[in-house]
Amino acid sequence: MIELKNVNKIYNDGFQALTKVNVEFQEGKINVLIGPSGCGKTTTMKLLNRLVDYTDGEVYFNGKKIKEMNPIELRRQMGFVIQNIGLFPHMTIFNNVATVPKLLKWDKDRIKKRVIELLEMVNLDPNTYMNRYPSELSGGQQQRIGVIRALAAEPSTILMDEPFSALDPISREQLQDELLRLQTEINKTIIFVTHDMDEALKIADNIVLMKDGKVVQQGSPDSLLSNPANDFVKEFIGEKRLNSNNQLNDLSLANYINKDILLVQSDIRIEKATSSLIERKVSSAVVINEDETYNGIVSLYDAIENNSSEINSIIKKASLIIYENDKVSTVLEKIEGIHDIVPVLSKEDIVVGLLSVDKLFATLHHLTEYKRGEI
Amino acid sequence: MEFIMELGQYMIANYQELLNLAWEHILMVAYGIGLALLIGVPLGVIAAKVNWLAPIILSLVNILQLIPSLAMLALLMLYFGFGFKTVVIGLLFYSLLPIVRNTYVGIKEVDESIIEAGVGNGMTPLQLLYKIQFPLSIPFLMAGIRLAAVIAISVATIGPYIGAGGLGKEIISGISLQSDVKIYAGAIPATIIAILADFILGKVEQKSKKRMAA
Ligand SMILES: Nc1ncnc2c1ncn2[C@@H]1O[C@H](COP(=O)(O)OP(=O)(O)OP(=O)(O)O)[C@@H](O)[C@H]1O
Ligand SMILES: [Mg+2]
Repeated sequence: MIELKNVNKIYNDGFQALTKVNVEFQEGKINVLIGPSGCGKTTTMKLLNRLVDYTDGEVYFNGKKIKEMNPIELRRQMGFVIQNIGLFPHMTIFNNVATVPKLLKWDKDRIKKRVIELLEMVNLDPNTYMNRYPSELSGGQQQRIGVIRALAAEPSTILMDEPFSALDPISREQLQDELLRLQTEINKTIIFVTHDMDEALKIADNIVLMKDGKVVQQGSPDSLLSNPANDFVKEFIGEKRLNSNNQLNDLSLANYINKDILLVQSDIRIEKATSSLIERKVSSAVVINEDETYNGIVSLYDAIENNSSEINSIIKKASLIIYENDKVSTVLEKIEGIHDIVPVLSKEDIVVGLLSVDKLFATLHHLTEYKRGEI
Repeated sequence: MEFIMELGQYMIANYQELLNLAWEHILMVAYGIGLALLIGVPLGVIAAKVNWLAPIILSLVNILQLIPSLAMLALLMLYFGFGFKTVVIGLLFYSLLPIVRNTYVGIKEVDESIIEAGVGNGMTPLQLLYKIQFPLSIPFLMAGIRLAAVIAISVATIGPYIGAGGLGKEIISGISLQSDVKIYAGAIPATIIAILADFILGKVEQKSKKRMAA
């Protein structure tokens, strides 16, 4: 973990770039530093690998004061993607990526294995690209190399200063997706500077919003969206984003519960269930216990397959159950890939109804259409 | 026409001698530039790395360049005596400016973001110098060598005044004998050497530049 405590930075010319900065960068998470140009994002980032020294306060890296650490070693433990890529033009892609492993004197085979692995990780064919020079790569490919160069020696922490800012929107989205995918594999502590709020909301686990050398607010994207600390935060996030988030939060799950459903008791015979299902023209029913609490679900298909025995033998658990006071946003996170019916329960596990997935998606569709049209 | 015939005959008759002179000429220049590299590159690096030394080093080599060549060789002769060695030292002094200055500029020109990437990835100042700054300054250095070579080839022609050989010998004896054939027989090969050096070193420079355009 990296912690800044009451850090001030005054540059040689007397300019105070940071004022009493207190920040915690979370371990294994993507921490995004964001704020208007000149607010001190790059300065904050460069404090961490001591490219810039702070005037007072303290910075802790895994509990140690970084002022007491050897800067060269510190830097080799922290991958660094600088604002304008900064690939070494006179070195092949291989040697660029191998920079830190070479400084750390890894043996040749290990370096080669690692470089190949990294290139494959970002979908660049090692045989094609390894021996090229940076000038022989597209901008997006260069950015990828910049990123994997920072990953090469498996640092626990990676500093990325606007790594995707020079890209067209499509490649940027692509690299963001790639970073998110990568992060699920590597789980590094990432400090990511950007001035693009959409980028921050998309990738961040933790956002640190700065203005004029001060931290204005920090927290999860959701907490910034739902509780902006002041007008500046609101303005920086933008009305549109706040609104669409609020609209989502304003949606009440109650509107998406279908209460007109078929309930069957858990002790009936299958043929009875089959006839009710056919009568009601539905393909599944929710099974309840005697006290009306949730038991499971049955499908018409299973019922027809074996219509002799007790219903017990064909009861299944639903892949997802939700509660009536869940937030729409939490439901949305869970619902992906679910094809069954989704029972909605009360606090007491009494079946209230079924989630009306179609209706929910229709509303969402409407919301996002509106958002796109507006922005 | 008659003159060209005469010149041709002279050059063919004396080609062994001319070839020896040309070789000696090239050697003087090569030694001079070689030594200038040995001294000039470190000086250029120091100037680039130690800010307050830069103006001192650069003005010193600049002054060396400004001394008229005949005067320089005459002065050097006082200390080093007649001969090949003295001319080489003179050529070394003349080559110093382009080499020191281009090394200096080459290192200074390295893009700030590339330096930052090097430092940020944990290079020591020395590693930064030999892995990044020096290799990236090579195209500039090549341009300096090329310029130095052309200057040295022409300065070397006055070598015979202080007892050295080279193609200047043919030219100078041509002057004292008032023989235009001899003058041309020395001047033409010297010019060809200069043109070839310029062309070949230019190619090398281009090649070293090609990859650097990131
Ligand atoms: N070496 C320096 N000397 C003096 N002032 C500096 C120096 N470096 C940066 N500053 C100032 O400190 C402030 C913060 O700079 P910083 O580079 O951290 O901004 P930033 O948030 O990264 O901005 P951007 O989004 O434009 O990259 C700016 O006002 C800048 O002018
Ligand atoms: Mg910046």
